[in-house]
Amino acid sequence: MNLQHYFQQLSTDYTLLIITLGTGILGGLCGFLGSFAVLKKQSLLGDAISHAALPGICLAFLIAGVKDTHWLLLGALVSGIIGTVWIQGIVSRTYLKQDTALGLILSLFFGFGLLLLTFIQKMDNANQAGLDKYLFGQAATLMAQDVQIMLWVSLISLFAVLLFWKEFKILLFDIEYAKTIGLPTKYIDIFLTSLIVLVIVMGLQTVGVVLMSALILAPAAAARQWTNKLWIMVLLATLFGALSGISGTALSASFSQMPTGPVIVLSASVIVLFSFIFSPKRGILMREIRFRKSRRAIKLNKALSLMYRIASKHENVLVPHGKRMLNDFKGYSNVIFKKLERQGLINYRQNSWSLTEKGFEKASNLYNQLGKDE
Amino acid sequence: MNLETPIAVAIHDLTVAYNHKPVLWDIDLEIPEGVLMAIVGPNGAGKSTLIKSILGIQKPLAGSVLIYDQPFSKQRKKVAYVPQKGSVDWDFPTTALDVVLMGTYGSLGWFKRPGLNEKKAALEALEQMGMLDFRDRQISELSGGQQQRIFLARALVQQAEIYFMDEPLQGVDATTEKAIIKILKLLSSKGKTVVVVHHDLQTVPEYFDWVTFLNVKKIATGPVKHIFNDDNLTKTYGINYKVSLQTK
Repeated sequence: MNLQHYFQQLSTDYTLLIITLGTGILGGLCGFLGSFAVLKKQSLLGDAISHAALPGICLAFLIAGVKDTHWLLLGALVSGIIGTVWIQGIVSRTYLKQDTALGLILSLFFGFGLLLLTFIQKMDNANQAGLDKYLFGQAATLMAQDVQIMLWVSLISLFAVLLFWKEFKILLFDIEYAKTIGLPTKYIDIFLTSLIVLVIVMGLQTVGVVLMSALILAPAAAARQWTNKLWIMVLLATLFGALSGISGTALSASFSQMPTGPVIVLSASVIVLFSFIFSPKRGILMREIRFRKSRRAIKLNKALSLMYRIASKHENVLVPHGKRMLNDFKGYSNVIFKKLERQGLINYRQNSWSLTEKGFEKASNLYNQLGKDE
Repeated sequence: MNLETPIAVAIHDLTVAYNHKPVLWDIDLEIPEGVLMAIVGPNGAGKSTLIKSILGIQKPLAGSVLIYDQPFSKQRKKVAYVPQKGSVDWDFPTTALDVVLMGTYGSLGWFKRPGLNEKKAALEALEQMGMLDFRDRQISELSGGQQQRIFLARALVQQAEIYFMDEPLQGVDATTEKAIIKILKLLSSKGKTVVVVHHDLQTVPEYFDWVTFLNVKKIATGPVKHIFNDDNLTKTYGINYKVSLQTK
């Protein structure tokens, strides 16, 4: 199957449609709520929650004895929450910083989860096959019912964010100030974190515990590059997330043997990379270009103002001067002479230059602005 | 200051501890209405903690705080807070006007969005701080002094009776310092109470009319004219402090 084939199939293949819808909605929701997680400086919390979910999945399977998705995700939710509470407990009761606490809990829970997983796989239970899919996710297991749940969670999140927009915003920007105007910051915080935990757990089936946090971070990080407005950032992150989900599914369905979860995460990473380089305001490329442009402008102005100083010592300021007069100074290359000539600021002939009237005027303005202390 | 002046803030037996060590110990303090007060003291003296305890951000171990005879939770609309500039992430995706609009959130209540009236008030506050031209600027593109002025404008929008400011003059240039002091004096002349955590001892007599010396315990509080002297400075900072007092 190739990409074209994939899109043709989409209208006839119900399973494929469900999977595409599911990954699209999941990606969009992750981007949507991920914006808040990133701005709350809780990007790593997602990583800890998703890793902490693994033992919950395994224990839920051991208790229930069957591989029912909803049971397993409930287990994931419970152990994810326990992990989060422990992290907060460590931070508030010890001198350890948040990142250390996150690292500790993440590896502790994940290690325990792997132990349980190995134990389960050695059991004589035919049911266990496929439990390890939760490590990297398997979008193919998505069913209409799962997509329905995602849709509900999306609607609830959208409604909550629209309703509490200004409360969320001030909580993210300035929590202490938010307290002084009487907002119950603790409860808003718990509510927001719960939504984030919920979407992470929902994504485990598709993307897996190892890569889940990337889907929370990547769309938000990419979106931040393109805008300085919160609502646009949230909107863009949602779009980027949905786009990663759908393109990940399309790519992995088009080329067999490609796992969906990692391809979704890679798609998101491509968007991040593109944004980091090409976004007009914060992108590396544009910043470099702006930087070089302004350096060149400063260099030209510097040359022009020096020429002005030489020229203004003569009665006729437009009289030609030898090029050598400028050679003592670093950086006054032919390139600079040519550029000034092209802008009509000087006349440049072989070994001499002279200011034009336009050049003289510009230079005298420059000189008045900058040169006073010289 | 006559005896009839009401007490804006009354603090009784306030004690705050972070871990084992008390940060504030048994503070009794009354702030009369209409004073322009500096809180001075060395690093770790509990100056910011005092403000945060009054505003309910920090939970005290013991003691009480009353704002015009009532707990703070019932008087929120009478109080505005200017946090330390460094307490927020200035790369947050928002504009100067947006931050100032946050000053209206408290009076708006749940679910409501700021409307035309709120926007007008925010623009006026920006103008008062000389920041009107920067209203649409992303906040990370503002200088430190401009960011501080935005924070002050946000407090002005609240139309409060009492203003608490945590080091508003920290790291700002002379122009901003002048602009801020002008506003503080204006608020004071309108009968508002202004409480400022302040570091520069030299400027206390020029900027403020009331002062509280703090070093875990309250050392002294009262009019600058009467109590801003070497004795109290020495008690507070523990070294023999000599400032030449330029009494007005």
